[in-house]
Amino acid sequence: MASKTQSKKSSAGSDEKARASNSHDIKTHVTAHGKARAAQHSSDDEKVPIGRPQVKLDDDKLVEIFRQMLLCRRFEERTAQMYQMRKIQGFCHLYIGQEAVAVGSVAALEEQDYIFQTYRDHAHALIRGISAREVMAELFGKKTGCSKGKGGSMHMYNAETRMMGGNGIVGGHVPLATGVAFKSAYNDLPEVTVCYMGEAAVNQGVFHECLNMASLWNLPIIYIVENNLYGMGTAVHRASAEDQLYKRTEGAYRIPGVRCDGMDVLEVYSEVKAAADRARHDRRPTFIEAITYRYRGHSMSDPATSYRNKEEVQQWQERDPMARLEAQYPKLFTKDMVKEMDEKIKEEVQDAIKFADESEFPDAEELYTDVYVDCAGYPK
Amino acid sequence: MAEVTYRDALNQALAEEMERDDQIFLMGEEVALYSGAYKVSQGLLQKFGEKRIIDAPITEAGFVGLGVGAAHVGMKPVIEVMTFNFAILALDQIINNAAKLRYMSGGQYTVPIVIRGPAGAGGSLGAQHSQSLEQQYVHIPGVKVVMPGTPHDAKGLLKSAIRDPDPVIFIESEKLYNVKGEIPEEEYLLPIGKAEVKKAGEDVTIITWSRMLTSAVLPAVEKLEAEEGISCEVIDVMTLRPLDIETLINSVRKTNRCVVVEESWPQSSVGSWISHEVQKRAFDYLDAPIGHVHQEDVPMPYAFNLEEATLPSPAKVVEAVKSACYLNR
Repeated sequence: MASKTQSKKSSAGSDEKARASNSHDIKTHVTAHGKARAAQHSSDDEKVPIGRPQVKLDDDKLVEIFRQMLLCRRFEERTAQMYQMRKIQGFCHLYIGQEAVAVGSVAALEEQDYIFQTYRDHAHALIRGISAREVMAELFGKKTGCSKGKGGSMHMYNAETRMMGGNGIVGGHVPLATGVAFKSAYNDLPEVTVCYMGEAAVNQGVFHECLNMASLWNLPIIYIVENNLYGMGTAVHRASAEDQLYKRTEGAYRIPGVRCDGMDVLEVYSEVKAAADRARHDRRPTFIEAITYRYRGHSMSDPATSYRNKEEVQQWQERDPMARLEAQYPKLFTKDMVKEMDEKIKEEVQDAIKFADESEFPDAEELYTDVYVDCAGYPK
Repeated sequence: MAEVTYRDALNQALAEEMERDDQIFLMGEEVALYSGAYKVSQGLLQKFGEKRIIDAPITEAGFVGLGVGAAHVGMKPVIEVMTFNFAILALDQIINNAAKLRYMSGGQYTVPIVIRGPAGAGGSLGAQHSQSLEQQYVHIPGVKVVMPGTPHDAKGLLKSAIRDPDPVIFIESEKLYNVKGEIPEEEYLLPIGKAEVKKAGEDVTIITWSRMLTSAVLPAVEKLEAEEGISCEVIDVMTLRPLDIETLINSVRKTNRCVVVEESWPQSSVGSWISHEVQKRAFDYLDAPIGHVHQEDVPMPYAFNLEEATLPSPAKVVEAVKSACYLNR
């Protein structure tokens, strides 16, 4: 069982190595060039409401959670390969390392709930009702893709399973998600909306505009910040005056802010489950800051070498969410079992690549469809 | 026929449609308790309650985006922007979300939202409150843009806009709110995407929309016909996107001359684009360059005389029409 160690009081002169070796100390923000940020607010940190008792999940659910994380990982690894082969073009943001946030949170939701993701959306698509085939075909720009090849990497949708994208503007989807929660409240429906965003989005105006409205109007929404410590290459403390982001919502908007270990899928699950209950039954929004890390660059064109170093990446890889779950349930996740699962997933991804490759590009006429509901004669 | 103001015509359209469909709500700054900054929503709070008539914080990007979000899961939001000058703050939500959700998703969503409010000069409101920014929206595939110039058109078009499955930018005119006109007693709708020949004529086609119809074009036409003997055909575009280009071209092919009158600035304006479309499709029919009457290319000054000087006027339209008829030489 992963323990929830509270951050020790530390000063700028504390032993960085010792802190880095504490793999559960999520408040050790290792920042530019491996230099740990001084925990200036360490006394406050001890009041962080993390360490919620983890809910017990049955074996089937645990296996499914693990399988989804592994699927996302393998899918993205092959995505990178396909990008290098130029089968996929344009902007492409990989989620590798962050899987526990998407998987843990979606597992805590119900069918009628909505999710909104940023442009780093392949994993969210895969676990919210879009097949590996349809996601890969979308990446290949094919008509069989989940958005008919018109969306691309950043715009994966499935209206039926309520996977609401895939959004390209930092913070720009926060009002959309808030509007969906408004619909649920207006019609008194037991639906919850989850709005994910990167940590850099919290400095956008619309983020604050929406939290204000969500609280004012009691909307059933969970704002989840996937704090992977960098907005592109800008470390969180270089962009946010208050870089303990979960502290920014209670005082300003009366929305409780909690922080959780985004590398621990069960902790994410537990926090989101509690927030979803609160949204569904009490009609109150919650803000969750999940501390996580992307192993790859911001996008395929970013080697991620100028703003962080290898040691830092390694330190985070040591906290890998899948290895962690395996270690936590050794009897369930035996070597043979994981190996067999991995092989199946690799086959599934290979099948998706084949499907995408063999699918057709959209027909030329598709250029002028979907601009309006009725596109007859468009454009004049 | 009943005589009502442009404001009341809009109010009636809202009330009738809200009565019809409980998924319609009106949200905006001061729309409920204050009855609307321009009183368009007067009485609606009493009729429909605070669940459906909602005072929003001053947070344009937030509540316009919220409306877009609610629209793409089946609601029919009518979002009032106090003026379109403030909608600049919500442009990201309109351009990147409202206009694109359907296309980006391969047709999975419809976005039946109406974003409405006044624009244009209101009279000594200065540079930040007097703008005609329709060009910002007409440029964007995925939205429709409607700008009615009379109470009759305002009501019929707003009802259609609310029922339209696509996002509609519905731009009213601050100076028209008190203007009266006749509307039918019974329910009526006007089609989006249709221009209307407001006055038939033979010698020149004048193309315009919104307030310019009554404040600049029609007074000029009266003068031109009485004093110069020039027969003018006046077309109110009414919907700027999608543009009813056929009606414009048919008229120009008949009159062989064309003048475009708009309240906004000249560079990359809707008027300059319409001129381009007309010359492209009716080049062989034109006997003169297309005239263009527009606001002077400066921010709006406060001083009363300067404001008057910067806006299109009947006199400027008269001059432009005479030029198109080679009567100014």
